[in-house]
Amino acid sequence: MTKAIITVVGKDTVGIIARVCTYLADNQINILDISQTIVQEFFNMMMIVDLTKSVKAFSDISDELAKIGEDTGVQVKCQLEDIFDKMHRI
Amino acid sequence: MINLQEVIETNKMIEQENLDVRTITMGISLLDCADKDLSVTCENIYKKITTLARDLVKTGEDISKEFGIPVVNKRISITPISLVGGSCCRIPGDYVQIAKTLDRAAKEVGVNFLGGYSAIVSKGMTKSDELLIRSIPKALACTERICSSVNVGSTKTGINMDAVRLMGDIIKQAAEETKDSDSLGCAKLVVLCNAPDDNPFMAGAFHGVSEADAIINVGVSGPGVVKYALEQMDAFSPNSKGADFEVLCETIKRTAFKITRVGQLVAQEASRRLNIPFGIIDLSLAPTPAIGDSVADILKCIGVEHPGAPGTTAALALLNDQVKKGGVMASSYVGGLSGAFIPVSEDQGMIDAVEAGALTLEKLEAMTCVCSVGLDMIAIPGDTPATTIAGIIADESAIGMINQKTTAVRIIPVVGKKVGDTVEFGGLLGYAPVMPVNTFSSQRFVDRGGRIPAPIHSFKN
Repeated sequence: MTKAIITVVGKDTVGIIARVCTYLADNQINILDISQTIVQEFFNMMMIVDLTKSVKAFSDISDELAKIGEDTGVQVKCQLEDIFDKMHRI
Repeated sequence: MINLQEVIETNKMIEQENLDVRTITMGISLLDCADKDLSVTCENIYKKITTLARDLVKTGEDISKEFGIPVVNKRISITPISLVGGSCCRIPGDYVQIAKTLDRAAKEVGVNFLGGYSAIVSKGMTKSDELLIRSIPKALACTERICSSVNVGSTKTGINMDAVRLMGDIIKQAAEETKDSDSLGCAKLVVLCNAPDDNPFMAGAFHGVSEADAIINVGVSGPGVVKYALEQMDAFSPNSKGADFEVLCETIKRTAFKITRVGQLVAQEASRRLNIPFGIIDLSLAPTPAIGDSVADILKCIGVEHPGAPGTTAALALLNDQVKKGGVMASSYVGGLSGAFIPVSEDQGMIDAVEAGALTLEKLEAMTCVCSVGLDMIAIPGDTPATTIAGIIADESAIGMINQKTTAVRIIPVVGKKVGDTVEFGGLLGYAPVMPVNTFSSQRFVDRGGRIPAPIHSFKN
């Protein structure tokens, strides 16, 4: 399973999660977990997703999600899960 | 499963605290490129480098994008070229031809530096070594991306004082050859003692003869991350004087661990994708001129007003040691230089300390006893005699030889500049105030010739 972490950071607005989720559904990307919090009025959301069934290249997914972020005025990042796993798990 | 706080922490390190992978360096052996004919040797070298490193830059960029961590530099280190050119180079100019070939290869594959225009002369110099060393000033002046290093001593062999004396002249010549660009040539030339075979950082990187045909070494960095961790530690400490040394050391170790784990991941990925074995992680804190990306700032967080104040050497010693301790837990293959770098021009905090009058060349020398390398990126007056530079190299080599550590000298006697002037190197190399050098002579000492014997390995007091 290829897992990635999608993070959304920015000012809270209506429809952020909806747009990201629609994109994921359109691209056969399964959401495994979602959590969110508000830090200093900033919306912080994280999704753990499974990319196994997606046919798109990782760099395209990453670029397109970043574009959705730009359109909505938030920052959307998609990173392979390993970087977090390596750093925080022994 | 990874939680939100951990994700936020990692991304904050990257976005706000300058966490990055400083370099993926591909080590390439050129021993099989040697030929009796110079042009055939050059052709072999060009082919081998451009074939093996063809995808290096792209792989670095792909990894950077997929993990969301900047991979700042993609570089190449090669076999010390004096071992490759021995059978075909008759005059220093022949070596310059090889330097131009290397520069062309570096540009073709898109790496920003290629290190290994080097000679290992810790005990003696072959004819080939000497030709190479004499070609260095010209080679650095007519190439853009070549870095050169000369290893003049080691704990096992002692110090080759003939080479030390010669390097005094070579550094002066390199400064003269590149005087139109603030003697930039010297910024790409380092004189080492106990040089490691697997260092991925420039200018001292080369691919030692103990290494495999090709290897991936990764240098991680993150002084900004350590500084932030220390600031947080003190902000939340119940003690108004700040956390005690136990907590301080623990905080540095934890942070170094996290940084190194990222390097380990990137190294393994690069190795897998390029199908080249993974060598080592170099877990150095390498500052850049960017604000906040400073080893000097960490020393200030530990508690000295400016680097150079009494206590600085102790603070640096503990920092260096904790970085190593955190790092070795994170990767089984730690190598290279691994520790805190203390370059002057590349670290805004060091520049500030020099300008404030807190930091002198002599204090920097003391600091090199406990940091990971040595006197680094220090601009000195252009009229400093070659014998004085040789004296500085001898002192630094002695520190390395006796303490069984790597030491190095990368100083720039900037032609036409005097104490108080400022020199601009640009980019990662930064800018530097010209520092005063002790004006008493070392001439009789360095002109004696011969070798300083290897030190005794018992009776350690």
